[in-house]
Amino acid sequence: MPVERRVDTVMVDQRAGAFSRRSIKTDSKAAGLRLAISMLDLTTLEGKDSPDKVRSLCRKAMRPYAGELDLPVPAVAAICVYPSHVQTAARMLAGSGVKVASVATGFPSGQYPLDVRLKDVSAAIDAGADEIDMVINRGAFLSGRETEVAEEIRQVWQACDGAHLKIILETGELETYQNIRKASDLVIEAVASTGVLRDGEVFIKTSTGKISPAATMPVTLVMLEAIRDHFISTGIRIGMKPAGGIKTAKQALHYLVMVKETLGEDWLTPGLFRFGASSLANDLLRQLLKGLTGHYMAMHDFSEA
Amino acid sequence: MPERLDIIKTCKLFIGGSFPRTESGRSAPVHDGRGRVIAHVCIASRKDLREAVESARRVSDSWADASAYLRGQILYRMAEMLESRREEFASAISTTTPLTPAKARREVDASVDRLVRFAGWTDKFQQVLGCQNPVAGPYYNFSVPQPSGITGILSPDAPSLLGLVTMISAPLCTGCPVVAVASDSTPLPAVLLGEVCATSDIPGGVVNILTGNRAELIEPMAEHREVQVIAAANLKPAQRELIQTAAADGLKRIHLLEHSDSSWLDDDAAASPWEIDPYLDTKTIWHPSAT
Repeated sequence: MPVERRVDTVMVDQRAGAFSRRSIKTDSKAAGLRLAISMLDLTTLEGKDSPDKVRSLCRKAMRPYAGELDLPVPAVAAICVYPSHVQTAARMLAGSGVKVASVATGFPSGQYPLDVRLKDVSAAIDAGADEIDMVINRGAFLSGRETEVAEEIRQVWQACDGAHLKIILETGELETYQNIRKASDLVIEAVASTGVLRDGEVFIKTSTGKISPAATMPVTLVMLEAIRDHFISTGIRIGMKPAGGIKTAKQALHYLVMVKETLGEDWLTPGLFRFGASSLANDLLRQLLKGLTGHYMAMHDFSEA
Repeated sequence: MPERLDIIKTCKLFIGGSFPRTESGRSAPVHDGRGRVIAHVCIASRKDLREAVESARRVSDSWADASAYLRGQILYRMAEMLESRREEFASAISTTTPLTPAKARREVDASVDRLVRFAGWTDKFQQVLGCQNPVAGPYYNFSVPQPSGITGILSPDAPSLLGLVTMISAPLCTGCPVVAVASDSTPLPAVLLGEVCATSDIPGGVVNILTGNRAELIEPMAEHREVQVIAAANLKPAQRELIQTAAADGLKRIHLLEHSDSSWLDDDAAASPWEIDPYLDTKTIWHPSAT
């Protein structure tokens, strides 16, 4: 067990608030917006998802803006779907460089027997998923059965078999910053204990998007600090993915500022930082096009995400 | 008995159902006929305009989907609220324009009546402006009027209240949210009208009222692709050309009103169904008939 690090709630709120008071304009803004687009995990996780919805999302992922620009908008990092849509997505995205991420392990609750959750992971990987977004067993974590949580993560990581793993803490259910920090340290230690990790092979992720509050700046800051402390002690770079509730370009830029000032520029790459979102894509495009054309765009100028 | 200090009103913008100060921090004094400062109004910036359009966009679907009955009730409620503040409006008009108190009162009364008239039209323009078309085939063919979407309004200097009320109530009647820029020279009635909107069941964001320098806001409004219609009264030729050029890119509709002082008061001229038509698009529906 790692030494438990204390979180100063007041300072976390204050520090996280400070990032949203930076003014980012013109060239830096355009660069930030393009970077944020390239870091998107374009997500659809609904019971009513259909193969056509997933195919349309894949087209959006490969070419976020349909119009002609001198400097084209980059493709997004990945699309994120349920396991039953992985095959559809993998076929559409083959050769495009856009990764297929699948939620698994009984997403979003994780309230299934371990062997079912592990099969869920293997099925998604067999279908062609490059990345697995797993949920931790919050019930076990909150009842203090931490070794059980850690052991389950180790087994899921082994089942990933080369696929990248994003571990969802579901911070909205963890109640306090202290718990979030503790869970972050716990899951990072759990995967790290299986052997030497490569940079960006494992991410920690805030939320499923099914529980409110989802990603917030202070919560993400606490998790970034856990990543920083792990890097300082081991030299391994764990990735970060805030998900849920990030809807505007302005918010996205604030997150980028926070990442840069907490972890440094190394993390400003889709390999180490992602946004889990869907409506964010069009707001990023809207702001980017405002900069390029000088006038405000309408939502109907962009395809649905 | 100490002398009482003047309480000079700081008039704010009306955006998304609340009264924010302008983001730009700019303001201008409003004078009465004798040159005394009676209030300060915000000089809205293009960012305020953007915020107003954002708020309008958030409610544009729900306002378009609201039943005609409900829209009528809400416009009528606005008329009631305006009626109960007649004296305040009349004094705002007569202290900041050349109108006599009697004429100012007549303008306020006409504004109340105008709201009632458009409230009445909410469930009737469909019959006048829509139709069933004869077609050669076993189909019913309907032309159904639909609200065009967010409407930008540049209201006239005179009549300051009646002009603005007429120009916002026509699009509201069809189901379009509005972003109105008040007259630069007589902004006070517009500011008070925002307070009327805030107390008359109008969902926040359906009516947004900006004060300040109209010339500065014309171009960003015409260029904003989310704005579907621009209605403008008494423009200078250069401003008209500016709007037409900037609006072309987004295929925006432009409705230019050219009323005289007396025709603003004339319901047949200023509040006919043809004044509702500019805020409507026509959807044509083919439906198989039984034969």
